[in-house]
Amino acid sequence: MIEFLDGNEAIVKGAIDAGCKFFAGYPITPATPILLGMMQELPKVGGFAIQAEDEIASIGFCIGASMAGKKAMTATSGPGISLYSENIGLAIMGETPLVIVDVQRQGPATGSATKDGQGDIQFIRWGTSGGYPIIAISPTTVEECYTFTIYAFNLTEIFRVPVFLVSSKELSMTRQRIDWSRIEKPEVIDRKYLPEDANEYKPYYFENIDDVPLFSPFGGKHIVRYTTSTHDEYGNLLTTPEKIQIMMEHLDKKINEEKIKKYFPHIVKFDKQDDAEILVISYGITARSAIEAVELARSQGLKVSHLIINLLWPVPESEIKKATIGAKTIIFPEMNNGQYVLEIERIVDKSKVKIVRINQMDTTLINPRKILIEIIKNNGG
Amino acid sequence: MAIVKNAVYMKEVELPFCPGCGHSQILPQLDKAMAKLNLDPRKTVLVTDIGCVGLSDQYFNVSAFHGLHGRSITYACGLKMANPELTVIVLMGDGGLGIGGTHFINAARRNIDITVIIFNNFNFGMTGGEHSVTTPFGGKTATTYLGNIEYPLDACSLVQAVNGGFAARSTIFDKNLADLIAEAIAFKGFSVVDVWEYCTAYYVPRNELNKEKMMKLLETYGFKTGIVHKVERKEYIESYREVYLNQPQKQVKQISLDTEFENNLTQKTEIIIAGAAGQKVKSSATVFGSSAILSGLYATQKDDYPITIMTGHSVSEIILDKKEINYTGIESPDYLIIIAPEGLAKVKRIIQSMRETSTIIIDDNLVSLLPDTKAKVEIFPFRKTANAIDRFSITILSLATFLARTNLFPIEALKKAVKLTQKEAIAEINLKAIDAGAKLVEEGAYAK
Ligand SMILES: Cc1ncc(C[n+]2csc(CCOP(=O)(O)OP(=O)(O)O)c2C)c(N)n1
Ligand code: SF4
Repeated sequence: MIEFLDGNEAIVKGAIDAGCKFFAGYPITPATPILLGMMQELPKVGGFAIQAEDEIASIGFCIGASMAGKKAMTATSGPGISLYSENIGLAIMGETPLVIVDVQRQGPATGSATKDGQGDIQFIRWGTSGGYPIIAISPTTVEECYTFTIYAFNLTEIFRVPVFLVSSKELSMTRQRIDWSRIEKPEVIDRKYLPEDANEYKPYYFENIDDVPLFSPFGGKHIVRYTTSTHDEYGNLLTTPEKIQIMMEHLDKKINEEKIKKYFPHIVKFDKQDDAEILVISYGITARSAIEAVELARSQGLKVSHLIINLLWPVPESEIKKATIGAKTIIFPEMNNGQYVLEIERIVDKSKVKIVRINQMDTTLINPRKILIEIIKNNGG
Repeated sequence: MAIVKNAVYMKEVELPFCPGCGHSQILPQLDKAMAKLNLDPRKTVLVTDIGCVGLSDQYFNVSAFHGLHGRSITYACGLKMANPELTVIVLMGDGGLGIGGTHFINAARRNIDITVIIFNNFNFGMTGGEHSVTTPFGGKTATTYLGNIEYPLDACSLVQAVNGGFAARSTIFDKNLADLIAEAIAFKGFSVVDVWEYCTAYYVPRNELNKEKMMKLLETYGFKTGIVHKVERKEYIESYREVYLNQPQKQVKQISLDTEFENNLTQKTEIIIAGAAGQKVKSSATVFGSSAILSGLYATQKDDYPITIMTGHSVSEIILDKKEINYTGIESPDYLIIIAPEGLAKVKRIIQSMRETSTIIIDDNLVSLLPDTKAKVEIFPFRKTANAIDRFSITILSLATFLARTNLFPIEALKKAVKLTQKEAIAEINLKAIDAGAKLVEEGAYAK
């Protein structure tokens, strides 16, 4: 099967194939086609799709539906993520499986409403109070929009934490030739349920601090408590400092690079060239400019490696460390004011590596030549 | 004080509220109402808002969802949509009603089958007695210390305004409160009970509120008590089932764009089509891209048009290559097809950047508007020719001309894509347009 599809269409297909049964959204370019697609497709599989009165209701509906046992997704762009903010915290606190698609556009507030950008990268990580982690994965092609949507569902179901699928206008709204026979279809994994015959349900019970509690839906065989407040294993308000500490550590420790890697094997894509001292690091749509730049450089006899980061949060630090061994220069193109490069600067030894930022915020894709120029400039130290 | 004895769903433990707090009086009535309906604790969810009222759910042996301030109705709706078997009861304060007003109005408007009980004590208890949307005019609160200068909201009228299902008002002095709550819960559709009560910590002492004064307030504002509004109309989830879930399943034909034709592409080729709203630029570009894929090529397409979609430019960018296309930006296209002045205006900068090796293919009416360019220029009577068929067919017609001129892949592929992807009536017109477009080249109707 060969089709001519865009990223948003692929995300809808991925969601349906992952078993998504609930979607709520509020129209916003460039994410609206996902809302429209889900309204078309979900009824066909017995699911529920709704245009909510605003983004707060969108994510609120999803959280409710998810806790009643449905796989749920919402999709928006930067302004909508802003309105999701408090509920993202709720989903973290209540350990709610939920896929959030962010089809980024450029700039703060309304910004360049129909144009591309990658400016939400730090925002999605730090966009809710408390500072507790989420997972964010970032496709670079229409094919990956499909597969990563399925992975996003798997990850959110397994870890019971909101998972962001980070797209952007150019990825979501550019058609591309898709050959389905060559596309990976990940195995679909569902959340772990408490056996129905268990007498008692402790909704937030975990044995080891990094375990994920077992799920039992509202309306199922058990009485369920869900709460926005710091809670004990029963979901009752906690006030003892030592217990609060454990609960908070649990939220922090239940996800990490190693655990995620088991369920999402594509956390990075490292195209290594032996003896290369230049490393290009990229993610999302910009990775595709970087791929061309690296091809061009190599065709000119230059040595350069390329690391594409697909797991943005939590930062795949050990993969980044591995990839940066031997690098004298790191070139990092981003369609923002220099955001993910901060993570790289945090991880590498800055006294040994020069970091070159390419930050383009004019809404257009970064031209591979712009990256090539930096590769040439930095060749040979 | 308050330990509720002989309750059915409530735990026999002390409630956390201040002495005399109305919350402690409403909850046992809720318990009675639930008992009257014999609700299954596993199928019943108390969704609590934030505020003192938000502490309530912990005292019931039923499922509970304690969410964010003002958003309790959204979780309730989500739970209900996911599992319509649930009985979903929202307990919120007048604070929650204010901050979550839009959810209240929209849940009522949709007539979704949840019940909202407003613990209306005229101020925010939990945060220290600040005014709320229901604080009476002149009411003294922490933030209206000289008297409230705003007027109170009538929640029941709001429901009425959007024709929601059921709205009732009551007070903690009402002997029938439990029955009223039970009726609201049993109602199939959206229901609210606005219960007027005491915040003994703040509103009562600051305003010397008593039963008499509360009754007087009801009178002053003409706020009715009892069932204020009730209409039988289809519940939201039922409607969704009827209209969407049971929609007739259309047979969608799966279309695969398998390689069927040869191509003569030698390098990555970038094409821009600059037209106007109403010329079917976007959909024709998709047909064109599909035809390239039918010819064994890789293709990408992106579109640009103003938000006001029925007016102004409509520009599509297509890239063709023999291999996967990574970078999809076009700085200076190989081919630029111009079929409308709006499109031309949009691509002016591009025209100036085009190289000698590139080609502009333009409608004869627009030549005079063309700025200086290094590109070769070919002129065709697109508009005139298309108008003889159907003026909307101008884009596909011009693309056929382009194909006939460049021979990148066969015209037949374009026809096949039209047949595969378009409805018969439209396909017929487009096939005619393709023939006409190709003929323009055969006739040599171009000039340099
Ligand atoms: C977004 C947000 N803003 C503010 C608060 C602080 N807050 C907690 S309770 C409350 C008001 C509660 O008043 P009401 O709903 O009337 O309930 P009551 O305490 O009277 O039972 C507020 C504003 C909050 N929790 N969340
Ligand atoms: S502060 Fe007011 S609302 Fe809260 S418990 Fe005390 S009396 Fe009740």
